[in-house]
Amino acid sequence: MYDELAYELTVLPGTNKDGEKEGFDRIIIRPGDTLSIVGATGSGKSAFVNDIEVLAQNDTVTGRSILINGEEPSEDLVRDPAKKPIALITQNTRVIADLTVARFLALHMQARDTGAQSLIARTIDLANEFTGEKIAESMRMTALSGGQTRSILIADAILIGQTPILLLDEVENAGINKERVVSCIREYKKSVIFVTHDPYLALITDKRVIMKNGAVAGVLEPGDRERAILQTVTGMDAFLWELREKIRGGELISDPVEAQSTRKKAGVPA
Amino acid sequence: MKLVIVAGPPSAGKTAVIRQIIKKFSKTDKPAYLKIDVVKAFEDEELHEEFGIHTRKVYSGDLCPDHMGIMVLRDAISWAEELKAGMLIVESAGLCLRCTPYTTQAFGIAVLPAVSGSNSPLKMAPLIALADAAVVTKTDLVSQAEKEVFRECIRSVVPNIDIIETNAVQGTGLRYLLQAISKYPGISDAETISLRGTPPLGVCTICIGKKDIGWQHHFGVIRPLEEADNIYRGD
Repeated sequence: MYDELAYELTVLPGTNKDGEKEGFDRIIIRPGDTLSIVGATGSGKSAFVNDIEVLAQNDTVTGRSILINGEEPSEDLVRDPAKKPIALITQNTRVIADLTVARFLALHMQARDTGAQSLIARTIDLANEFTGEKIAESMRMTALSGGQTRSILIADAILIGQTPILLLDEVENAGINKERVVSCIREYKKSVIFVTHDPYLALITDKRVIMKNGAVAGVLEPGDRERAILQTVTGMDAFLWELREKIRGGELISDPVEAQSTRKKAGVPA
Repeated sequence: MKLVIVAGPPSAGKTAVIRQIIKKFSKTDKPAYLKIDVVKAFEDEELHEEFGIHTRKVYSGDLCPDHMGIMVLRDAISWAEELKAGMLIVESAGLCLRCTPYTTQAFGIAVLPAVSGSNSPLKMAPLIALADAAVVTKTDLVSQAEKEVFRECIRSVVPNIDIIETNAVQGTGLRYLLQAISKYPGISDAETISLRGTPPLGVCTICIGKKDIGWQHHFGVIRPLEEADNIYRGD
């Protein structure tokens, strides 16, 4: 298992798609920080978190380098999954390994050198809090839906990876319960980076990194200035989630009053 | 001169890995490249054009490419030495993947794609077991958890092998492979180079062209179904 040290990440600039140097000196991510990465599709958001996951040393397409606690990471930290303090959930929701859920998790536990067998059941239970139809340990990984796969990988990162730094690439996709994911991440006190197109996720983070043309175009630290809009968006999100659940459950939404009351309950102004 | 032997299944990314090796050593070691393939190969022309290095290819035709590699390796070393190359890179197309094309006095690289399924390391056990490094390519196509599970699958076959994960097209993570090649000694005596393992290369009656099915029609290396679990594991 990775050392229980504090890990501070430093991102050193690379170049944009035209080969020009990025306009920042360094971005520092301290333990417990939350960040969102926003920008148009193709602007380099996934490449940014990928650089962090592989602990790039000017050997990816962006040319960025990543330091841990101010230094070039040791070979162990880069190469041994049991020592790597980073878990990444990519947008990829396909698994190629023809293994049962239980076997997949057992092998990953072996790689990460964490925990006892009981973790497997706990991981599946946690995944089932994020997804709709339940995952069982005897199911094959290749048979899971995109949302189920995403759920199992997030639960795996939290409980089996046990890493202090979590990178989530468009967690809002695949129809999983993102509020539950967020509250779970808070519960386990992770440093977290969301690549996102979702206003709610972008607004709950401490810092917002804006991407353009493959490079970081700016970093915002909104502080308290976005509190009012966050409250509104939280309400809207709750409203939409409830509506989505009703639609998924096969209900006909014919009564605007009912929708209105849900809306009021969620604290959304009409 | 250093000898580097690269093997792996088709489309694993062997040439992408080799491209990164050549890029790194092209100025210091003057690499030469030999490709051994069955019927068609273009890599020699591409690499010659891209890096201006000496390249060659040989088609094995009705011979297994790894048989062919063993046949021609001594000549290939002489060819590269005459060119005053500092490094000879041999890429074998492999075939049944039970083979061990690696020799003594050479750095052996097994290239495996991360997308090849969790049982593939077991199926290619001899190819991995006698290599110096297992390079896992296409890691950008799988999730981090799956990449780490694949790594465990390799370790279940060869517990202590040096595993290097990469997106070989970009060269991500390959610095550890390049360092290992750098440190590896050159050929000390080409006359004494031999295969690291005993490959399953015994000529059988099928190899010489007998087409009848069933072990009853063959002699030499034969296997009835009941003894078919006699798996070759590369020594």
